[in-house]
Amino acid sequence: MTTAASIQRLGLRLISKVGSLPVMAHPALRARVGKVLHRSAHVGGAAQIAVGRAFAARKAPRVDPARTPPTTRRGVFDLTPTEDQQMLREAARGLGEDVIRPAAAQADTDRTIPADVTRAAADLGLVLLGVPAELDGIAEDGSAVTGALVLEELARGDMGITVGIMASASVATALSLYGTADQQATYLPHFTGTEPVKAAALAIQEPQSLFDALSPRTTGVTGTGGITLNGVKALVPNADSAELFIVSTMVDGSSRLVIVEANTPGITIEHDPAMGIRAANTGRLLLTDVTVPTANLLGSTEDHLDAIRRSRLAWAAAACGTAQAVLDQVIPYTKERHAFGEPIAHRQAVAFLIADIAIELEGLRLVTWQAAARLDAGQDASEPIALARALTSAHATQIGSHGVQLLGGHGFVKEFDNERWYRDLRGAGVLEGVLLI
Amino acid sequence: MIDLEVPRKLRPLIESARLMAEEAFRPISRKYDLAEHTYPQELDLIAAVIDGMSSSGVSEGAGASSVSGSKGASSGGERVEGGGAANVGSRMPSAKGEVRNGANMSSVLSILESCRGDVGLLLSLPRQGLGNAAIAAVASPEQRQRYAGRWAAMAITEPDTGSDSGAIRTTAVRDGDEYVLNGEKIFVTSGERAELVVVWATLDRSLGKQAIKSFVVERSNPGFKLVRLEHKLGIRASDTAAFVLDNCRVPAEDLLGDPEIRMQGGFGGAMQTFDNTRPLVAAMALGLTRACLDLTREMLTAEGVEVDWDRPAQVQSAAAAKVLQMEADYAAAHLLTLKAAWMADNGKPNSMEASMAKAKAGRTCVAVALACVELCGATGYAERDLLEKWARDAKILDIFEGTQQIQLLVVARRLLGLSSAQLT
Repeated sequence: MTTAASIQRLGLRLISKVGSLPVMAHPALRARVGKVLHRSAHVGGAAQIAVGRAFAARKAPRVDPARTPPTTRRGVFDLTPTEDQQMLREAARGLGEDVIRPAAAQADTDRTIPADVTRAAADLGLVLLGVPAELDGIAEDGSAVTGALVLEELARGDMGITVGIMASASVATALSLYGTADQQATYLPHFTGTEPVKAAALAIQEPQSLFDALSPRTTGVTGTGGITLNGVKALVPNADSAELFIVSTMVDGSSRLVIVEANTPGITIEHDPAMGIRAANTGRLLLTDVTVPTANLLGSTEDHLDAIRRSRLAWAAAACGTAQAVLDQVIPYTKERHAFGEPIAHRQAVAFLIADIAIELEGLRLVTWQAAARLDAGQDASEPIALARALTSAHATQIGSHGVQLLGGHGFVKEFDNERWYRDLRGAGVLEGVLLI
Repeated sequence: MIDLEVPRKLRPLIESARLMAEEAFRPISRKYDLAEHTYPQELDLIAAVIDGMSSSGVSEGAGASSVSGSKGASSGGERVEGGGAANVGSRMPSAKGEVRNGANMSSVLSILESCRGDVGLLLSLPRQGLGNAAIAAVASPEQRQRYAGRWAAMAITEPDTGSDSGAIRTTAVRDGDEYVLNGEKIFVTSGERAELVVVWATLDRSLGKQAIKSFVVERSNPGFKLVRLEHKLGIRASDTAAFVLDNCRVPAEDLLGDPEIRMQGGFGGAMQTFDNTRPLVAAMALGLTRACLDLTREMLTAEGVEVDWDRPAQVQSAAAAKVLQMEADYAAAHLLTLKAAWMADNGKPNSMEASMAKAKAGRTCVAVALACVELCGATGYAERDLLEKWARDAKILDIFEGTQQIQLLVVARRLLGLSSAQLT
């Protein structure tokens, strides 16, 4: 089946799946979902916008920025997603299985994501996950749990493609969370409207070893003409096609996020391919005396920290998805593969590795959900996020290794997806920025 | 709605369990570690308090003696117990379809807090034995009534069968209105102190697991002979007894559950106890892990080492990075355990999740306890403080109620859809 055909199939499947959910009896929700699903027809005809558009500054009709209210907790331990979350999770699962996975190996090799895959993701409105409904997004309250569920399903398809297509969504989420009313009015229509940006990226990572995202080396100095930025950002997804960056910077000694439009003088893009997430086409962003208006400061130092936390949590959620892909694959493989006269799954040495994958994956997933639910409730999530990060770094990486080991030599060659999962899972606990929930 | 915080309504229960751990268990922890085989008489008072709170019904959960069956609705699912291993809850989904945090959740959380005090003392609490859990799981309503309020230990293991509990050799032969039991039992927790011992025996060894039944034996039965009390690495406050059953005559009505040998489900019924008790043992491991981490972090703070949740581990001190990783594994084990309990409370089959929780909590407990001894050096290793004791106590938590390896087998068989014959 061609990719286009499978995307069409996905669309039809989603409409029937989503339409039959009991929650769809609710007219307001039906209208919202309809808006997302029908956006495709609207956006479909739009011409591809060239890199480096101008973002005309707009005054918002309002003073206060739009923010989603915190989720109200019921005080009951529960692992059941809301119907709304379940619907988006199903949609993301469909995209992951039917569109992303089939494209994954080639996208990794080519370091590029086929346009129809990007289109399918846009059609689902995933870029709007963290944007408040009143700004034409779909978030009605905290969206971190929803984001975690969606990112997991997408990365179960492929982490590299997920990073490539969700990098822009993360910028939209950051603008929603931290932007002033004017910043939201200026930039968000370029994500929610009919001519969305080709790409955008949250640039936090830097090349030096022992990188500490709380103390970036990229500097910003405030002067009469605005803020002048200097520094290097590493492994920025879609760097050469991004039209908008949010750059982590030490501005006059405080860590801040700064909005930088790609056509600002002083920006150079270099290729920066990595071990994994190659479909995201990572590049370096070199900032040499790049001057932006002071109004481009996005949020406070506290918001800078919040963005780093949310980014780590997003990577943890993505790691859950790719680790789940490993588990999904090794179960049938080890039952079919014979050695010494029986399936290798009948040996404890093999079976115990699979049990360990499942145990550590579930532990990571639960800690990720706990942290996300705290964020949505507006509570301090610094500790569970740090723990999710530590579990991602230790166990998700190990799961990637087990996934190759269980296949032996076959895991090492590109005949199977396992070697790519090994490379991608190492990245999830290392990289800062890029994704955000 | 996804929410993984400790349930609000259980916070008072946790608080009272924490008080018990701090005020009642900790002060006598070292005393009974040194005085192995001496009954901690302080526990009688504590147990009386727990019974009182339980029967008054005021403390949703600080009590411990009520047991509810896995199928029986009579004892009610919302009755919450805490403090001991006897508390296995009802598995009835809520009639209204609402998510419930019931007896399994409250037991897990109260045991966790109690074991921040002392695992051995918790295991020695009167009327909280594993035998009580077995009675709760498989007894008829009449039997449950008859054994109510009595302390029951559990005797499964034999000298030649540890994890392979389907291979036990103790026999039970019907003789008129009685069964005659013969065999040997070891590793019976509180075997000397309990009033009753639930003994697993086979009606016919040639019929395998399905012929295994459990019998409630009075400790005073003349055919039930205490051979010795073990000297152990840890949990020394808790007695571990060995018995010989020598023509031990047990009234037929003390066979728990169905006396017939059914080729389907019989052993499964007995084994089902584990789905409820494994999360409880995981909770014991969590409590001990928490105690180690809290004390170690206190000691590290005194040396100027604090964990920064926001800085990468690799830019912090090695000690801080180690604590960060241990806290992460604790969090994973903690939530896996709450998940297993939540599933039980809401009528979802949880064999695999119970074993996942037990496996993760068991290995985390041992690794953390041993690492905390290392981080704290001489203070960690010496008897002046409790870290060395906790490191000894920890090991049993990765062994009893199913070793690490048995848990991995259970998980792997479920994941792979393999039988115990295929994955041995």
